[in-house]
Amino acid sequence: METITLRLFRGDATGGKMVDYQVKTFPNMVVLDAVHQIQAEQDSSVACRWNCKAAKCGSCSAEIDGKPALMCKTQVHECAGSTITVTPIRTFPLIKDLVTDVSWNYRMAAKIPPLTPRADVAGKPFNMQQIDVDRVQEFRKCIECFLCQNVCHVLREHERTDAFFGPRQMVRIASLEMHPMDNLNRREQLRGEAGVGFCNITKCCTEVCPESIHITDNAIIPLKERVVDDYFDPVRKGLVAIGLIKKRKKAPLDSVPNDVTKIMR
Amino acid sequence: MDSYETFEYDVLVIGAGGAGLRAVIAAREAGCSVGVVCKSLLGKAHTVMAEGGVAAALGNMKSPDGMNEPDSWKVHLTDTFKGGAFLNNPRTVEIFAKEAPERVLELEQYGAVFDRTPEGLIAERPFGGHKYRRLNHVGDRTGLELIRTVQDKAVGVGMSVHMEITLTRLLKDGDRVVGAFGYRRDTGKFVVFRAKSIVLATGGWGRMYQFTSNSWEGTGDGLQMAYEAGAELLDMEMIQFHPTGMAWPPGMRGILVTEGVRGEGGILKNNKGERFMFNPDYTPPLYKGQFAETAEEGERWLEDKKNNRRPPELLPRDVVARAIYKEVEAGRGTEHKAVYLDVTHRGAEYIKRKLPSMYEQFHALGAVDITKEAMEVYPTVHYTMGGVWAEPEGCATSVPGLFAAGEVAAGLHGANRLGGNSLSDILVFGKRAGEGAAEFARTAKLGAIDPAQIQAEISVLMHPLELQEGESPYKIHQELQENMQRDCMIARNEQGLNSVLAKILELQTRAAKIKVNGDTAFNPGWHAARDVRFMLRTSEIIVRCALERKESRGAQWRLDYPALDPVWGKKNLIATQDGDKVKITERPLPDMPAELKAIVEEYK
Ligand SMILES: Cc1cc2nc3c(=O)[nH]c(=O)nc-3n(C[C@H](O)[C@H](O)[C@H](O)COP(=O)(O)OP(=O)(O)OC[C@H]3O[C@@H](n4cnc5c(N)ncnc54)[C@H](O)[C@@H]3O)c2cc1C
Ligand code: SF4
Ligand code: SF4
Ligand code: FES
Repeated sequence: METITLRLFRGDATGGKMVDYQVKTFPNMVVLDAVHQIQAEQDSSVACRWNCKAAKCGSCSAEIDGKPALMCKTQVHECAGSTITVTPIRTFPLIKDLVTDVSWNYRMAAKIPPLTPRADVAGKPFNMQQIDVDRVQEFRKCIECFLCQNVCHVLREHERTDAFFGPRQMVRIASLEMHPMDNLNRREQLRGEAGVGFCNITKCCTEVCPESIHITDNAIIPLKERVVDDYFDPVRKGLVAIGLIKKRKKAPLDSVPNDVTKIMR
Repeated sequence: MDSYETFEYDVLVIGAGGAGLRAVIAAREAGCSVGVVCKSLLGKAHTVMAEGGVAAALGNMKSPDGMNEPDSWKVHLTDTFKGGAFLNNPRTVEIFAKEAPERVLELEQYGAVFDRTPEGLIAERPFGGHKYRRLNHVGDRTGLELIRTVQDKAVGVGMSVHMEITLTRLLKDGDRVVGAFGYRRDTGKFVVFRAKSIVLATGGWGRMYQFTSNSWEGTGDGLQMAYEAGAELLDMEMIQFHPTGMAWPPGMRGILVTEGVRGEGGILKNNKGERFMFNPDYTPPLYKGQFAETAEEGERWLEDKKNNRRPPELLPRDVVARAIYKEVEAGRGTEHKAVYLDVTHRGAEYIKRKLPSMYEQFHALGAVDITKEAMEVYPTVHYTMGGVWAEPEGCATSVPGLFAAGEVAAGLHGANRLGGNSLSDILVFGKRAGEGAAEFARTAKLGAIDPAQIQAEISVLMHPLELQEGESPYKIHQELQENMQRDCMIARNEQGLNSVLAKILELQTRAAKIKVNGDTAFNPGWHAARDVRFMLRTSEIIVRCALERKESRGAQWRLDYPALDPVWGKKNLIATQDGDKVKITERPLPDMPAELKAIVEEYK
């Protein structure tokens, strides 16, 4: 049995420091096991989030040797060297040690109008082919780990949480917009408060997604194209003007009772 | 007196798993203001981990002859009784089987995207104990789809979500429950919720065992809060051991391998390479003649479900778990005291498409490629059939103002739950509990909050921080787990149960002297101090009930009473608080009405 050093960030919003802990390893040990061992044997006050320990719930996001990842999915022996550094994700306000306040993500999600089935299928079992829902299912694999939100430079460096919902919510909007039975048009929201225009397709989000969702290629780029089609396509505009095609229905943005839903930490 | 924040709602829902969130939707649609409290972040509750599917008789699947499988609520009802060894509450099962299809179809309207059949309908897969293909699924991440769907819907209808708060006591005004008290996990600050009625949807309790598929949340605090408020607990000895938990590597021990692996053709083998489930001794009389008797028939069934019987790997969970236990005890296990689960013959492409998260789980976490090698599996503590007694129509408990639904509640599953029946349980009874609580709230007023009850709980919570020295909560928890694992697992006898009971009582005394370092700000040690006291009491109740039931039925397997006893088959065990003591009484199981009897006769 080998011993390694786990170098953990310890502290809160007022400041903190890196603290070294010696951890006994076992075969296929993951970083979360190492943190648990410290809690049980050395210092029970180390704060970290986890639930499933099977990469299914998206609770244990952190930066491991500087790389955003799930602690329960990162094996200790995969990390280079005998010292592993674990720090909290950086984009969201720190609460304590490895725990950050991610409630902003839930508040943005609450602004997105939910699935609104077409009148002809509302209340009836849907008939959809697998091939027509494959793409939507890719998006629905999201476990809300917020690692993509953590790396997106619009949120991380430029701190534009006021202007851009972030890649996770783009994935969610895409899952609704591409749902075969949905009847809403969320493009005005996308262009407006959701801020799809802020994304400049660096693909950092896609690289860290533990569910391998093609966030940029499959969700964001098609959404950008739809927004462009609707707002900046002169031919289309002309056809609408002379009444040859109909203006697309707009998303009623006030359809979500956001005054009722409150997400509290 | 320490200060605390107070929130007020018509209906308070404790727990944001599938049951809690479905209750939110129902109570909100009935016009109530609703607050929901959970220990984790929204969407991370246990429900997210469910894999295989949600059981409901939609009857969407076709046999090779083009005919639909003749599934119906009546067959589902019969299967549920058989799986539960007829200890289920008849009315609860009836409501469940009838309403499950509606609840699943409704999810689709809310935005769930299930896998499709070639005809474009929701795809259903076979599962242990279900006669027809009935598990509506999304690959092997059905729980994620379900919780995200009700989460988004509940956000849509409007609720107040209080994340990362642990409630530790229900507050009473006379007989009635009028509020709940607890602490914020991040700051340790105290909170009080006042409500006209409360829905308890706090899930199950597996953490008192060493090897469990449950997350840290499964400490049974909700169960204990209800017990301390005077609620009746039903059939607490009934704990499900899922036959296939991961047995290797060590850090992964206990994590679930979905039954979907067997549903998709996975086979169980011992160290001699034998498919031991074909041993006729392992098939209980109730299922004789209903399962394939040769490996060839089992293989043919994968392609033609109509003209072949399903392989015996798909017997109910209690049966398969016992068989694995016996194989390992007889020295036919692997080097890690497990058996093999092999699905390699289905081919890499099929496995990756149908079981993607299993593939990923073993690949990323265990460095095992399940398309090329067999998994090592051993039973793991998985589900709690017992719990707070809830009446079937509106899910009222025996305490006025308190309603219960989901895994914390009891009555539906009897002595053993069929796979997939929990996800439909939480939908059917989550909705009913929300409606029941809303109905109660319509005529009730907010009750009085008694500061003495709050002060008593604050004393319990703060005690471990005030001591200079004492016991570690982790150490006590670990000793509890080792003892429960050894003496209150699959195979039980009087001697083992008595010895674990003595240990629990000793640990309870020691737990009064738990000490933790640090302060109340996000301090897992401090959280564990309260959790472990709840777990000790729950364990005591489980062991006492297991001692009391002197027969083997479903999940309760007594080596010293190996047979089903028809007299016991007519009785539930009820546990209630009697001062410091656990009071256990027998209660006759309600008779099955004649029309249900006729259905069971016809479809069994
Ligand atoms: C790995 C795994 C796979 C499974 N697969 C399937 C399957 O395929 N099909 C199936 O039907 N079933 C399956 N199950 C079972 C099923 O997932 C659960 O029984 C079901 O999800 C329970 O839902 P629930 O809403 O009752 O509780 P949970 O989802 O457990 O939610 C409990 C909620 O209560 C909150 N809570 C608890 N205590 C407190 C407290 N003190 N204060 C405040 N909040 C509290 C928690 O934070 C959480 O939000 C599986 C279970 C596991 C573990
Ligand atoms: S591709 Fe867009 S959303 Fe993704 S990280 Fe880059 S800027 Fe952010
Ligand atoms: S899209 Fe991927 S990275 Fe982003 S929250 Fe979802 S799972 Fe995590
Ligand atoms: S603990 Fe659930 S994703 Fe890591």
